[in-house]
Amino acid sequence: MNRSAPLVLGIETSCDETGIGIVRGTTLLSNTIASSMDEHARYGGVVPEIAARAHLDELVPAINAAVTEAGICLQDLDAIAVTCGPGLSGALMVGVGAAKALAVALDKPIYAVNHLVGHVGADLLQAEPSTTAPLEYPTIALLVSGGHTSLLLVRDLVSDVELLGETIDDAAGEAFDKVARLLSLPYPGGPQIDRVAIDGNPKAIRFPRGLSQPKDMAAHRYDFSFSGLKTSVARFVEQRQDAGELVPVADVAASFREAVVDILLTKAIVACGDFGVPRLLLGGGVIANARLRAVATERTDAAGIVLRIPPLSLCTDNGAMIAALGAQLIMAGHEPSTLEFGADSTLPVGQIQV
Amino acid sequence: MVLLAIDTSAGTSVAVVDLDRGVIAERGEADTMRHAEIVGPFILECLREANVDPAALSGVVGGMGPGPFTGLRVGIASARVFALGAGKPLVPVISHDAIAWGHYRRGHTGPLVVVTDARRREIYWSAYSEADAIGLPVRVGSPGLAKPAELDDPAWLHALWPRIDAATVSAGELGLVAELSYAHRRPFAANEPLYLRSPDVTLSNGPKRVSR
Ligand SMILES: [Zn+2]
Repeated sequence: MNRSAPLVLGIETSCDETGIGIVRGTTLLSNTIASSMDEHARYGGVVPEIAARAHLDELVPAINAAVTEAGICLQDLDAIAVTCGPGLSGALMVGVGAAKALAVALDKPIYAVNHLVGHVGADLLQAEPSTTAPLEYPTIALLVSGGHTSLLLVRDLVSDVELLGETIDDAAGEAFDKVARLLSLPYPGGPQIDRVAIDGNPKAIRFPRGLSQPKDMAAHRYDFSFSGLKTSVARFVEQRQDAGELVPVADVAASFREAVVDILLTKAIVACGDFGVPRLLLGGGVIANARLRAVATERTDAAGIVLRIPPLSLCTDNGAMIAALGAQLIMAGHEPSTLEFGADSTLPVGQIQV
Repeated sequence: MVLLAIDTSAGTSVAVVDLDRGVIAERGEADTMRHAEIVGPFILECLREANVDPAALSGVVGGMGPGPFTGLRVGIASARVFALGAGKPLVPVISHDAIAWGHYRRGHTGPLVVVTDARRREIYWSAYSEADAIGLPVRVGSPGLAKPAELDDPAWLHALWPRIDAATVSAGELGLVAELSYAHRRPFAANEPLYLRSPDVTLSNGPKRVSR
């Protein structure tokens, strides 16, 4: 096996994207994604069974497309990497079963890896060999998507990742979807809220920042909560409707978005301060939100924190980040996983490889 | 012709078969909760025990069900992707056909209804009129999904046919059905999972009120 720049194929099926990525060391060769998002739109959220069925349909075409784009043969691979958790268990199992079969068919080693740590690994990938400075450790990582909202302290990508906090109810992306529905906007909610918020005043309505009170900051310093915020938006909308008034959609969207962005970055920057880590990495699909990126830039600049945001195509769930993490494990000399691992929907973030 | 066969429509079963030599290696586990864990090791163990390289296979047989979603998918994903990796054709076979073939081979004659668990107090069934000249079961119609009481209704078309409740599917038998079908130029099944159920989703009627 090539341990200096291994050729790795990554398989990601933890939610609604079937992601197949191929990397050589830290060089990205293909990031193929087939999403079942449109099929979930009419239900207002990801339906696990629909997502899992789509993975089964998309796997082979996606592997073929990735191999073609990368200009390699499957036999050339040094290893297979696969997400084994956390995520939707039925969806994860499709990828896990397929990855093992591929590893045995090709007689290649397999690396079963953690999805959340994969999001951090995405930052290591470049389209061309090294043009930007590599990720430095330690770093705080803020991962925000429809499935997770987590704050990590990454001392070393392949050996030391600590969960500082996470959402205790909804993921931030879910909150965007639910508030979009309250405002009669389509799924997925993030881009819709972003679109209508352009004309809104983010200070028009003061929505609550979850777990930001002093007593919460003692018990849940790095945790998030978005259900109270969602309820507060719902109550505001209902009051207007009950009074026969128009709902100021743009102001509600802008003020809601401001509340989410504010609490996410406040806690991330608190963590940077507490641990004396002047680096913040963003990941997850919600990073596509323009306001989140703008505020992140402002506040990290003001605090003297170096901000890293991987390209958007690598922030949403994808197989390239899984391949990248697999390649890092190989380059660090880690042994492959044994074939007996299963899908673990609640895999703790500290378990980087299973 | 050596084939690798994989079925997870009930438990997990993997085999390496050959038309002349029969079942060369087989691994089975009835537990319906461990498909993703054991399918990979089973494939590896069967190939090693049979002393067969993936390159020496002529194809990969996948059991298409019917079967409960989550488990069924693991085997089909494994079969499809193994076939892709090994550069071999995928051979889809209906899992109930393997159960029926096994029973006819062990001496059953005449009509037969194969029944397997579909969970949620429902069952999957397939009806076979007989075994044909080469011993392959003759299925009348597609596999179906029903409540157990529907099959006990005397008005049901196959109510009086002998019935076998199967808890496992043998990948060895699945593979041999594929061998016979190929040898006698019979068509294979479609490369589609037989869930026989829509994903359970209920459309919501908009957000619920939070204030009274
Ligand atoms: Zn993710």
